[in-house]
Parts: sequence; structure tokens; C-alpha cells
Amino acid sequence: MSYQDLHDEDEALFRPIYETSRSFYVVVIVLTAVFLFGVGCYIHQLFYGLGATGMNEPVSWAFYIVDFVFFIGISHAGTLISAILRLSKAEWRRPITRMAEVITGIVLAIGGLHPVIDLGRPDRILHLFERGRLQSPLLWDLTSVTAYFTASTIYLYVPMIPDIALLRDRGGKLQNLYRILAWGYKGTPKQKHALERAINILMVMVIPIAVSVHTIIAWIFGMTLQPGWHSTIFGPYFVVGAIYSGIAALVIVMIVFRKIFHFEDYLKEIHFKYLGTLLLVVSLLWTYFTFAEYLTTFYGHEPAEMRVFLYKFAGGYAPFFWLMVFCNFLLPVIILSNKKTKTIPGILVASIGVVLGMWLERLIIIIPTLANPRLPYPTGIYIPSVTEIGIFAAGMSAFILGFMGFSKLFPLISIWETKEGRQHSVHEVSVRLREYLPGQREESGVEASVKAEL
Amino acid sequence: MPKYGMVIDLNKCTSCQACVTACKVENNVQIVSEDDAQNGRAMFWMKMLTMEFDGDYPNIKPKTLPRNCMQCDEPSCIKVCPVRATYKRDDGIVAQIYPQCIGCRYCMANCPYTVKVFNWDREEQPKEIEKLYNPDVSVRPKGVVEKCTFCVHRLQIASEKAKAEHRELAPGDYVPACVEVCPVGAISFGDLDDRKSEVSKASRDYRAFGLLEELGTVPKVRYLNAIE
Repeated sequence: MSYQDLHDEDEALFRPIYETSRSFYVVVIVLTAVFLFGVGCYIHQLFYGLGATGMNEPVSWAFYIVDFVFFIGISHAGTLISAILRLSKAEWRRPITRMAEVITGIVLAIGGLHPVIDLGRPDRILHLFERGRLQSPLLWDLTSVTAYFTASTIYLYVPMIPDIALLRDRGGKLQNLYRILAWGYKGTPKQKHALERAINILMVMVIPIAVSVHTIIAWIFGMTLQPGWHSTIFGPYFVVGAIYSGIAALVIVMIVFRKIFHFEDYLKEIHFKYLGTLLLVVSLLWTYFTFAEYLTTFYGHEPAEMRVFLYKFAGGYAPFFWLMVFCNFLLPVIILSNKKTKTIPGILVASIGVVLGMWLERLIIIIPTLANPRLPYPTGIYIPSVTEIGIFAAGMSAFILGFMGFSKLFPLISIWETKEGRQHSVHEVSVRLREYLPGQREESGVEASVKAEL
Repeated sequence: MPKYGMVIDLNKCTSCQACVTACKVENNVQIVSEDDAQNGRAMFWMKMLTMEFDGDYPNIKPKTLPRNCMQCDEPSCIKVCPVRATYKRDDGIVAQIYPQCIGCRYCMANCPYTVKVFNWDREEQPKEIEKLYNPDVSVRPKGVVEKCTFCVHRLQIASEKAKAEHRELAPGDYVPACVEVCPVGAISFGDLDDRKSEVSKASRDYRAFGLLEELGTVPKVRYLNAIE
């Protein structure tokens, strides 16, 4: 099979790369303006010091750390979901994995920068390498985030090689770039075998790295002595929250690009229904963790813990807390467990709710603990400054810009995997299905009977 | 090696805040603008905490407690520092290395006593204050964390002086500014390992307690309970 006869069928997937509408440029200009405003905010902070933020004592970590945990959480969309779906041979994954992996790459780059933005002395960042203490959870974090970034960008790139080869063979723009990135891939059996092996190794490797990243972020808080943070379930709790916000972000991205680039034929309602079910399951899991965390705190009734607890349930952060419960529990569970509302718009509403709710969850975990120290200090009020909001807006627009840029260079839906699904998987899956059934033992026998039927 | 510690007698303390002022001047602690102070960025190494209020208004009686760095023997701040900008010296003093600090504020988040203060920005100080700067203490730049060091610069001067005079460091040669200034002598300071010293005896008094001792931080600043 040569590449030339592969072109026409999935033309819709190539189109976004070669055709750009006017509104695309308008959005790029607006987002670039927002991004540049954020950069300006950071430059201001660089010269003025962290006084440009709304942080104070005792709330010495705030917006940046909240955003850091939030963005890294979103990054779990990708690699983890795509790896798990690949590993479990879920056939419906084919149009989803690429977008999921792109989310990871972009968001990780943005989220990973947030601790640096939060530093009082970013000029001394190299001290972490020269004099880093491995005993500090911050160093664990540095290690795991860089490992995850490396692994997930490779995991994004390797399954993209056959698609880049397709783009190279088509001719047209950016030939040199595609020629270099395609690594001389021609789709020979040997190359295919090597590619599949590489993907298999990567997907198994990426899962523990992804889990470790969010566990370690949770441990930054869990390892301290502070009430509300010093909790043994924080590692798994954060991982569940990360997967939760990740799936929601993935659904939003998929629905938006389906609309813009007319991928309706590839991203069908069934894909969203499956992802909706996944979202519902993780929603209940998240609720279970949250319930377990707060019930044990309440039942133990330790005074310092209770001060933080009441601050969340009935004090200054109560509106945020109950909004989080609504966004993360009531809204998605009601929408997704009802057949009538489990439609694409319904799933979109639930997903937006979850992303907002997970941001609030990070806020609720980080700030109330700092605002209620053990000793009776006058509690400071934390209100984010323009600088902090500007940098958050810049982060969001960098995410969208990154995605838009990617869509102009590479296909957002894996073309070769779609083709592979069409050409091989129908046969493969029917063989596999028959093996599950009683009465059929030998694989070769199954193969023969399927062939006979076809 | 001595193990420096402090005992503050709450029976004697009158909450006059002389220690707070002396500390601020001695250590060149930055004076922040009124706005910043309102927003919870006032910088104090020694702070007067109001622990509770006794009685009803207007006959209210606040119970106060001067709080500096507890100089923990098991400090939770140095455990989490990613660059060893805070560490425990052999004599037990928990010190800061300002040029090493990257300003991540992890130590602030992990200190159960919330003693660490951060230089959110560097403001121009009043001219009179700049003239009064203590030349023995470095002025901290913006973006680093700082805290009470038991006036460790005084220890350096005292030990050098003792060395020049060919003698051992005597008790009383080295005391922090807050101890020196206290008008009622409520703060005793010295070697906790020397069982005959005043501070060591006081730390074993039946009234002695440590703040949040139950956390296992082993604070070397202890208090003597106020008894009516």
C-alpha cells in the first residue's frame, strides 16, 4: 500500500492545515493582545517584586500556585487518558488521542512555568540545579514535571510521525519542516513494527509518570504540618481531581474543534457519550474522596483543623465551597445520569462546570489553610491583583493559541490511526470478540471462521 | 557546643513592645508603607500576639505573648527548603542565607508558627532610618524570606572579642537585642545545655511550656505561664 492512494478519503482532516478563515486571524490577534498584556504584567512584577500581587501574610501562596495545580491537573487529560484507552484497546479512542496529547503538551508548558512566576527571585532559579536539596518536595516536583513533559511530548510526537509523512508526501507548505520531522518514514513493515513498539513502550511508561506528577504536587501540601493539608489521601485525591478536570477539558476542546473544523463525521455523538460516562464515573469518585476527606476531619474535630473546615463550610470561603460542590457534583451527576440531558450540549455544560469547579477546588484547598494559621494572627484577606488575573488570562490565551497554532501545522485527528481503524480493526475486533465467546479455543480457528464469513 | 535558647516569663511581661521595636531597629527590618501594612505585609521578626481576651467589655484583659522565631530543634522550615537557604547551625540557631533564597516561600507555608516574613517589595526607607542602619546586619533585597536569627551577628562579634582577649565566651557576652532591651527582664537567654544557667533552670520550671509543642518541632524558645 503506497501513500498516494491514502489521500482523498480523509480530506476533511487535512483541510484545517491548508485553509484558514478570516475569523481565525481575528481570534489570534485578540488572544495575542491578551497574552501580551499578561507578559506586561509579569514584567511589572519582575521589577516591582511580588508586591504587585495580592498575596500577603499569612496567605503567602495564592493565585499562581492555584493555577499551577489547576493547569497540571488539566494536563492529565491527555497522556493518561490516551494511554489508558490505547492500552485497553478501546477502538473509539482513535479520533480522540491526538487532541488529548496536545492538551497535555501545551498545558504542561504553561503550568510548569507558574512556580517560576511565583518565585520571589526568578533570577536565582539555577540554584535549584546547583544547590538543590532532594529532601524538599519542590525538587521532587521539578523532577517529575520535567520527566512528564519530556515523556508526554515524545508520546505526542511518535504517533504523529506517519501523519507528518503524509503531509510531506502531499507537497505544499513547510516541506522542509515535515521532511525533517518525518524521519524518513515510508510506512515499510519494519518501520511500522518499530513505530508500534515505540508507542507500546511509551504508553506503558507514561502512565506511572503521569500518576507520580500529580501525587507529588499533592505532596507539596501533604508533607507540611498545616491543618487541611496534612492528609494521607492527598496524593490519590489530587490524581482523581486531575483526571476529572482533564476529561472535562478534553471534552470542551473536542466540541469546540468539532464545530469549527466540521469534524462531525469523526467525532460522533457516541464518542461524547462514552466520555460522558467516564466523566460521570470520575465525578462520583471525586465526590467520594472529598466526602472521605472532610468527614474524617469533622469527626476528629481537632481545633486547628476545624478552623479551616468551618472557614470552608460556613466562613469566608463558603460561597466558593458550595459553588464547587454544585459544579463538581450536582451539575455533572444530574446531567450525565439522565438520558435526556446526556447530549452533546449537555455534556459541554457539565464539562465547563467541572473545569470551573476543579479550579475552585484548588483554590479551596490552598487558601483557607494559609488564611487560618494555628496561632491567633489577624487573618489577612486575599484578593487577587490585576497582575495575577492578567497572568492567568495570558495562560489561558496561550493555551488556545497553542492549540490553534498546532491545528495549522498538524492534523488534530490522527489520520493514519483512523485509516488503520477502518482497514484492520474491523477484522481484528471481530476476531477478538469471538475469542471471548465460549466454544472457540484456537486463535487460528477463529481467524479462519471470520475469514470464511467475510 | 552550646545550645542557645530563650525563656520568656509571661508573669513579668507587660506587653510594652520594647522588644518588638528593638528587634526591628537592630536587624534593619524593612518599614513598609501604610497601605502594605494594612494589607498584611507589615514585617516583624518579634511580634506581640494577642492569644485571648479575658473578661467582658469594657473590663477586657488581653493575654499577650511576644513571639519571635522558635528556633526549633526539629524545624519544619529547613526540611522543605529546596536550596538550603535556611539551615540549623551547630549551636542550634536556625539561620537564613539571603543570597541563596529563591523566594519560593515554601518555608513560610510550612512554619506552624508563621514566623517567616517575605520582602514583597523593597520600599524607600525614611532618611533617618537609613542613617540608623545596623552595619552588622545585611539589608535584605526584595523577594527573599527572612526571620529572627537570635541576633546571630552579636554572637559573631562576641566570640571574636572573646578570642582577641584569649578567653572563653562567658554567659552574658552574647544576648539578642530583645533580651537586652526588656525593661522588666522578662526574657532570659543563654545555653540550654548548661544546667546551671538561668535560662536552663527556667526552661525546666513547672510553669514552662513551648508553643505548639505537640507538633514535635521542639521549640528552643519557651514560655513561663502567667499565674495570678
